[in-house]
Amino acid sequence: MTPNRRDFLKIAGASALTIMTPAIFVPAWAKNSIVMPPGQGLAPQKALAAKRWAMAVDLTKCTANCADCIVACHAIHNVPEFGNPKDEVKWIWTEPFASVFPGESHAYSGEKLQKMRPPVFCNHCENPPCVRVCPTKATFRRSDGIVMMDYHRCIGCRLCMAACPYGARSMNYRDPRPFTAKINPDFPTRTKGVVEKCNFCEERLAKGTLPACVEACRQKALTFGDADDPRSDIRRLLETRFSLRRRAHLGTGPQIYYLL
Amino acid sequence: MLEKALKGNRGYWIWIACLILVATVGFFFYLRQLDYGLGITGMSRDVSWGLYIAQFTFLVGVAASAVMLVLPYYLHDYKAFGRITVLGEFLAVSAVVMCILFVFVDLGRPSRVMNVILHPQPKSILFWDMIVLSGYLLINIVTGWVILSCNRKEIPPPRWVKPIIYLSIPWAISIHTVTAFIYAGLPGRGFWLTAIMAPRFLASAFASGPALLILVCLILKRWGCFDAGEKAIQTLAKIVAYALAVSIFFVLVELFTVFYSQIPEHMHHFQYLFAGLDGRYNLVAWMWTFAVLSIAAFVILIFPGVRRKESWLALACVLVFVSLWIEKGLGLVITGFIPSPLGAITEYSPTGPEIAITLGVWAAGFLMLTLFYRIFTSVHFERENR
Repeated sequence: MTPNRRDFLKIAGASALTIMTPAIFVPAWAKNSIVMPPGQGLAPQKALAAKRWAMAVDLTKCTANCADCIVACHAIHNVPEFGNPKDEVKWIWTEPFASVFPGESHAYSGEKLQKMRPPVFCNHCENPPCVRVCPTKATFRRSDGIVMMDYHRCIGCRLCMAACPYGARSMNYRDPRPFTAKINPDFPTRTKGVVEKCNFCEERLAKGTLPACVEACRQKALTFGDADDPRSDIRRLLETRFSLRRRAHLGTGPQIYYLL
Repeated sequence: MLEKALKGNRGYWIWIACLILVATVGFFFYLRQLDYGLGITGMSRDVSWGLYIAQFTFLVGVAASAVMLVLPYYLHDYKAFGRITVLGEFLAVSAVVMCILFVFVDLGRPSRVMNVILHPQPKSILFWDMIVLSGYLLINIVTGWVILSCNRKEIPPPRWVKPIIYLSIPWAISIHTVTAFIYAGLPGRGFWLTAIMAPRFLASAFASGPALLILVCLILKRWGCFDAGEKAIQTLAKIVAYALAVSIFFVLVELFTVFYSQIPEHMHHFQYLFAGLDGRYNLVAWMWTFAVLSIAAFVILIFPGVRRKESWLALACVLVFVSLWIEKGLGLVITGFIPSPLGAITEYSPTGPEIAITLGVWAAGFLMLTLFYRIFTSVHFERENR
């Protein structure tokens, strides 16, 4: 039997489909497993490790017109400066107390509270909505609690920005490189079209140093540590001082604690 | 059958040429967007979704509406719809293609779109939306095409297609439900955090989609040598009337909960929509237009004597389509971001390139729709003049 045109097209179409199948089924059977030499972990020896990284911001020490933490963070992480709020990318910034804690402010709070501008970051939630909604696992939560971004996997759908109740995420609406004043070669720059945010300086923790904002703060208002460790500084602060968390009623479990 | 789309009169070709022109302009601006980044649009850090995702949301509804033809015909043997179920299925195909295109042009890194399949995340609603939308596309291509070919050969449709048609009914509900879940499951956005989101989506979908189908039937009757039949059109009109009534009711239910409970996180968004907030009024005129148009359409549609007159019916359908486009294609998505989680009121207005790309996608969708309907009408024309 000589095949007619219709049959030929059917066979050709079916063959074309088979080319696609391996790509679809790869995740099921070809997961790469990393083989490590015995007695060696993934993390280098001097890395700081924790079960739950957390940060305390002492609002009694933090001064209103200071931007040391922001400058240090943005310089180290190649955060661009577009000069307009539309394209803005920011990892740390300050907001009026009433915006950070709308439920905790009222008309009669004193001048001190009204003038306060707490720094805001990614909260590295225990139950992060951004991780839940990401369709590609480009944003994920490590076992030590750090919520991370894979800039090479992000498709730029911005569902995480809609999901974040803290407005902590920024989209690279344009190519950020020309707008980065001085590029730090030790940290990747981003491309246009991906989302980014604070990463708790995981690249510094891996080298055994504290986050850049904590180091930069001259008032020593920022305390970073393992909230799971009863002997850590941050744990002692949380036990002795009154603390607030942003929109904790949403069940996200934010890990930035504001001390009052 | 495809070659039938290549025959048409002068008016047909002028219409096709216009659509191709608009789509090409859109494509040109999309190339510019690829080069510059999404910053070319009016979207910002605070309002991170705009016209594209809003069109997507609206069009999912249009796509889902095919079920309003399929369900009465296949489950209740409502014969009057027998001739036009294919119209609904082709409308669904074009609408889903537009949906996919709108999501695609909204991506910051479109070249990585396959990551959704390579690294699937079943916890993400977007993952499920991809599954239900592509499934719905496939179902409607198969059923629409098979049934039309059988119509042409004047043979009954093969038996294997029936289960697929039955499957298309719950599947149509699913695409709109899952799309609503994208919004309704986000903890920090008071505007969307409501269980009535999915029912509201469905109600407005079953009004806007059939309204478009009525308009299409009226156009085909006048210029396309195809008469869907008075009975079919009037039944569709009743469906639009009921769906619109339910849709308006759901909006009012939402407004009651928000304004009687007076929880600021929920109320501020609606204040921004209907009254403006802190001196920002971008959407206020639009939303009142929506309110007036939808009520006007409802008044026209509830009187049988009025809706039986074709010109009034056409007017009502235009009003329904436009008003629900304002509600879903403009108000629903953007307002979720205003005010922002930090209380900032950043307004959004689309830029020229963004509007051009949006129109381009609409033109591409209507081009598909025109070609499908051209095939459909010529198949029927041949059959009736044999």
